[in-house]
Amino acid sequence: MHEYPVTTEIIRIASGAAEKQNASKVTKIALVVGDLSGYASDSIQMYFDEISRGTPCEGASLEIKRIRPQLKCAECGLLFDMTPLSFKCPACGGGSRPAGNGSEFYIDYIEAE
Amino acid sequence: MDEKIEVKESVYERNDRISKETKEFLKSRGVLAVNVLGAPGAGKTSLIESVIKRAGIRSYVVEGDIESDIDVKKLGEQGIEAVQINTHGACHLDAPVVKKALSEIEFSEPGILFVENIGNLICPAELTIGEHAVMLVLTVTEGSDKPYKYPLAFQKADVIVLNKTDLLAYVEFDERYFLEGVRTLNPDAPVFRVSAKTGAGVGDVVEWLKERKKNTI
Repeated sequence: MHEYPVTTEIIRIASGAAEKQNASKVTKIALVVGDLSGYASDSIQMYFDEISRGTPCEGASLEIKRIRPQLKCAECGLLFDMTPLSFKCPACGGGSRPAGNGSEFYIDYIEAE
Repeated sequence: MDEKIEVKESVYERNDRISKETKEFLKSRGVLAVNVLGAPGAGKTSLIESVIKRAGIRSYVVEGDIESDIDVKKLGEQGIEAVQINTHGACHLDAPVVKKALSEIEFSEPGILFVENIGNLICPAELTIGEHAVMLVLTVTEGSDKPYKYPLAFQKADVIVLNKTDLLAYVEFDERYFLEGVRTLNPDAPVFRVSAKTGAGVGDVVEWLKERKKNTI
C-alpha cells in the first residue's frame, strides 16, 4: 500500500546519506522490511525504478531483507511465525505473545559513488 | 569504487518526528489526542458522536476521508464542529497532514481531540499522527477473525471498542476466538463492548478516556 510516498521518502533519506559523504550517486539501498509494515516488497523495485528517475538514486538496486512477525510461546518459549489461522504454539498448544519483530521498516545502509 | 554508508534510519522517522511535535503541542494545551482506527462502516463517526455527547468535556474533531465531507456534516448536525481532511486517494493519515489540519483549530480549552482516520485496518496502524492514544473500533458484524488478519492494528491499540453489540443476535460472532486473538497480541488494551447506536457501554469508553487524559496530559 501507498508505495509512492514511502518510496519518495526512501529516496530522500538515501540521497541525503550519500550527500553527507560527498557521494553523488546511490548504487544500492539495503532495506529491512517487516511483513507487518504493509509495504509490498515485490512491488517496491517496480515503483522505485519509476520514482527514482532524475534523483541521485536513479538506477540503484534495492536489497530487501524481509522480517516475518513471530510469536513466542508463553509456556515452552518456542519462537514461531505468526500466521492468521491460530496464535497457539504449534509445539505445545500454549498461548503466545508477539516476539516484537515484523514491523521494522528502515534503511540499513546504502552504497554510493 | 562504491562506498558502503551506514544509515539505520526508519522510513517513518520524519513522520514520527512531526508526530512527536504534535503530541507535545497538544499536551501543552491540555488536549488528549485519540487516533480512531477501524474499517469502513465500523461506526467510528457514530462512536465519536456518542462519546462526545456523554463526555461533558470540550471536544475537538478531525475527520479523515479519501473524499467528501459527509462525516463532518453528520457531526455538524449534532452540534459538533469538525475539520475535514480529504486525502484524495491516500489510504491513511500521516503526521504532516494532521498537523496542517490542526492549524485550523484553536485549542482554547483543555479537552479531547478525536482524529478519525481513514476507514482501513492496514495502513493507519503503521503511522503515528500525534496521538496520545489509539482507539481501535471493530464490530461484531465483521467476523471474529480480525485480530488474526490484521495483527498490527491490534498491537498498536491502547483501547479496543467492539461496536454494534445490539446486532449480536443476528450474526455469527465467536467472542472467545476474538478475545484470544486480542489477548495474544495485546495483553493490556481493554476491550469495551458497546453499541454506539443505543449508547450501551459507551459510558465505559468515556471513563477510560477521562482516566487516560488524567494520566497522560
